[in-house]
Amino acid sequence: MSSTLSVTSLLVVPLAPLVGSLAAGVLGTSLGGNIIGRRLCHSVTILGVLISFLISALTLYQVAFEGARLNETLYTWMVVGDLKMEIGFLIDGLTAMMMCVVTFVSLMVHIYTIGYMEEDEGYNRFFAYISLFTFSMLMLVMSNNFLQLFFGWEAVGLVSYLLIGFWFNKPTAIFANMKAFLVNRVGDFGFILGIGLIAAYAGTLNYTETFEQTSELAKLAFPGTEWMLVTVVCICLFIGAMGKSAQFPLHVWLPDSMEGPTPISALIHAATMVTAGIFMVARMSPLFELSETALSFIMVVGSITALFMGFLGIIQNDIKRVVAYSTLSQLGYMTVALGASAYSVAVFHLMTHAFFKALLFLAAGSVIIGMHHNQDIRWMGAVRKHMPITWITSLLGSLALIGTPLFSGFYSKDSIIEAVLESHLWGSGFASFAVLAGVFVTAFYSFRMYFLVFHGQERYDQNPDAHHHDAQHGHHDAHQTKPHESPWVVTLPLVLLAIPSVLIGYFTIGPMLFGDFFKDAIFVDGAKHHAMHELAAAFHGPWAMAVHALSTWPFWLALAGVACAYYLYMVHTSLPHQIAKVLRPIEVVLENKYFMDWFNENILARGARMLGMGLWKGGDQALIDGAVVNGSWKLVGKLAALVRNFQTGFLYHYALSMILGIVVLMSVFVTWPTLSDWLNR
Amino acid sequence: MDVKTGFFYVFSLVLLFAAFRVITARNPVHAVLYLMLSFSQASAIWLLLKAEFLAITLVLVYLGAVMVLFLFVVMMLDIKIDSLKQSFWKHFPLGATLGAIVVLEMSAVLLSGFKVSESPNPLLVLGQAQELSNTKELGKLLYTQYVYPIQVAAVILLVAMIAAIALTLRERKDTKAIDASLQVRVRAADRLQVLSMEPTRPAQTPSTSPEPAPASAAPEVKS
Amino acid sequence: MTLTLGHFLTLGAMLFAVAVVGIFLNRKNLIVLLMAVELMLLAVNMNFVAFSHYLGDMHGQVFVFFILTVAAAESAIGLAILVLLFRNKSNINVDELHSLRG
Repeated sequence: MSSTLSVTSLLVVPLAPLVGSLAAGVLGTSLGGNIIGRRLCHSVTILGVLISFLISALTLYQVAFEGARLNETLYTWMVVGDLKMEIGFLIDGLTAMMMCVVTFVSLMVHIYTIGYMEEDEGYNRFFAYISLFTFSMLMLVMSNNFLQLFFGWEAVGLVSYLLIGFWFNKPTAIFANMKAFLVNRVGDFGFILGIGLIAAYAGTLNYTETFEQTSELAKLAFPGTEWMLVTVVCICLFIGAMGKSAQFPLHVWLPDSMEGPTPISALIHAATMVTAGIFMVARMSPLFELSETALSFIMVVGSITALFMGFLGIIQNDIKRVVAYSTLSQLGYMTVALGASAYSVAVFHLMTHAFFKALLFLAAGSVIIGMHHNQDIRWMGAVRKHMPITWITSLLGSLALIGTPLFSGFYSKDSIIEAVLESHLWGSGFASFAVLAGVFVTAFYSFRMYFLVFHGQERYDQNPDAHHHDAQHGHHDAHQTKPHESPWVVTLPLVLLAIPSVLIGYFTIGPMLFGDFFKDAIFVDGAKHHAMHELAAAFHGPWAMAVHALSTWPFWLALAGVACAYYLYMVHTSLPHQIAKVLRPIEVVLENKYFMDWFNENILARGARMLGMGLWKGGDQALIDGAVVNGSWKLVGKLAALVRNFQTGFLYHYALSMILGIVVLMSVFVTWPTLSDWLNR
Repeated sequence: MDVKTGFFYVFSLVLLFAAFRVITARNPVHAVLYLMLSFSQASAIWLLLKAEFLAITLVLVYLGAVMVLFLFVVMMLDIKIDSLKQSFWKHFPLGATLGAIVVLEMSAVLLSGFKVSESPNPLLVLGQAQELSNTKELGKLLYTQYVYPIQVAAVILLVAMIAAIALTLRERKDTKAIDASLQVRVRAADRLQVLSMEPTRPAQTPSTSPEPAPASAAPEVKS
Repeated sequence: MTLTLGHFLTLGAMLFAVAVVGIFLNRKNLIVLLMAVELMLLAVNMNFVAFSHYLGDMHGQVFVFFILTVAAAESAIGLAILVLLFRNKSNINVDELHSLRG
């Protein structure tokens, strides 16, 4: 620990975006009276994020090259018995890397938004939200305890909800943001169960204190069952990751989240929020290493996601949806890596993926602006002639995505594939097949999109919906419908993101995966899970790895995918349609997204609504109102009506009852000795 | 069986018969008369029990005052003598059964608990040798231990008298007596009403409308 | 046989029973009701006097004295009420006195 990190400057990192967000959100909207205008809003927020980024970069430098670490509690919020609830920072390699990624991508998105949301009314509100998101994500990654992690977790979920439903007058947007929030809630339920178990059995919410107790925790069994306690804890925590990182079956919200503006798709649903789950599992690696069952579970879920979401990407026609399913598939890859105990590889892929996926989303956004908000790739084509910068950066991003040697995506994806192949866990066979097949599928859909958008014939006039649009604008010359390059505020972030998409893998794979960068952040039980060990043994440097790749499966599968896409969409363009007709049943299943949405809406949601209705009608109305509330007075009334019959008003009836009473009492009195004997026998 | 026992049986039989006739007589006057008979028999029985004061009190107070009061009321009210036979005899079995049960049980209760001598000597109990007068003994007790209850009894009688009068007093409707408090509480507005009228009116034919008489409240003064 | 306390008590019981039956069976005549009440009081007085004689305790007779007082007062008021009732309803039919029914 040669140099120390300054807590004050670290505190500025999350707080600067927060201040920017509050300034823009309160003073820039009708909440505060619309005091500041657009330029000031975006300047304040960008300044905040820029400061954060600079400090994060400095921190990364200090952590990576000077070995600085920090684990401090800043503020004790509450103490309940023995349980302390604090705000604190834990800065090590993992945190520093995440901080840089988050602030850099956020900065790019902030700049991009100036151009993208130029015509939107909610400009200031948008900047406030994305700065708020940056604050939340930073609190999440810098946390040193589960409570702050959970706070950040929920806060990013909230801001995601706000941003997906940014155009809140659109019914589809509202449907999507509710869906995102509710599905996330399901994951959060598992997550909070996991945190609760940790609080109960470890007696603390602090990371380091929990990790110190792993050897004792490993001996405990979950009460009432034969399962290990850590297995249950890890699975519960992973359920939270499933919700946040959109793993199968809690992935359904991510495609719908494309209802939000493109900048947030880039920021939240590609680079940062969805990676929170991956980050969390990597952070909890000491716990996950104890449970083979949990790791198998993670691996299987990840591989299912990786493969099957890739299939769905093949048939999408909305440019953003293709990239969304690509994100889902890549998140699956990261999860598979976590299952193979290759945490550093997963986090490495997280970083490279953040760059090239954000790039792809922003490029898609650029295309959308250029195509006058048409998002259907069937009605694009030959865009490369009109939008060169977008074209080149998209190509670079796609090449990175499919794992072209020397690009950053290659290093991370191939490391994942090798790690999975080395793993011996239950389910690793299927996972190996899934990740390899996924390479082909990824290449196929990526380049399908690339060819349909940037190459081929111009199909802008063929859009049935566009004619509508034209009629409103009057018949201008054909030049009006042709796309044009986006302004520099849009293309600058593309270029700035393209650079790390290409280069960062080559330079950082050595130190990150096989060096000391994650030494005390990530823990791998080398004896049981030796995937990293094997990888380290086989690694001879990034250049050697690139050359070696030419003789491995993934390279040729990716090449085959590109070739197929080229053939089907450039050469023999009627073939896809014919294949779809032949494989109609499969197409139906894919179009309906494996019927998961149908299941969720008609069975789960409708079931819940019916349950609510049933409880309302049956429980509340009939039982509580009817039987208990109304029933009580009705019962009293009925009893009173019954008793009223005794008041006949006739004197001799009353006299009779008196006499009968006397007779009974006298009988009892006379026969009491025998009666008491009989009663007491 | 000695004379005393014989007298007792005679008196009690008549008493019970009279009591039965009280409740079954058609004519209420007969009923009252049978009640008087039963009280007189009871008085006689009490004489057998050496309670002379009470026996004479029964005759004087009950027969002389209360029963006479009953007779007054019965004769004053114009009671229609209608058949009470149907409703009476319809329920008679049930009533008789109940009555029998009451008797048997009361006897069982009362007889089982008391072991007393055949005819105790009050001389022994009171511890005096001379001839005792029942009245004197009663007086000794009443005016020493029971003075307060006697005053209360007197108040009860007073209350009864006032209540009876207050309940049944009716006023004559044709008297001209004045209620002074009402007279004093009269208001001018109740007696006099002033109207304003036009001094002149257009002439009207005598046949169609009479002359309007000046309106004034008729002073209704009670003389 | 000599007279015992039991004889008088039985007499009292029978007299009481007759009176009770009278209240219970009488439907038509309110005056008979009042007279039955008097009979009940008489039965009770009988018991008291008998006990006073056989236990040699004068207090029983004192109590009879008071019962007599109260009975007289009660019959006076009862008859006054009867008179009022007759004024309002022109008959003293017990059957028709059910305006207090619930």
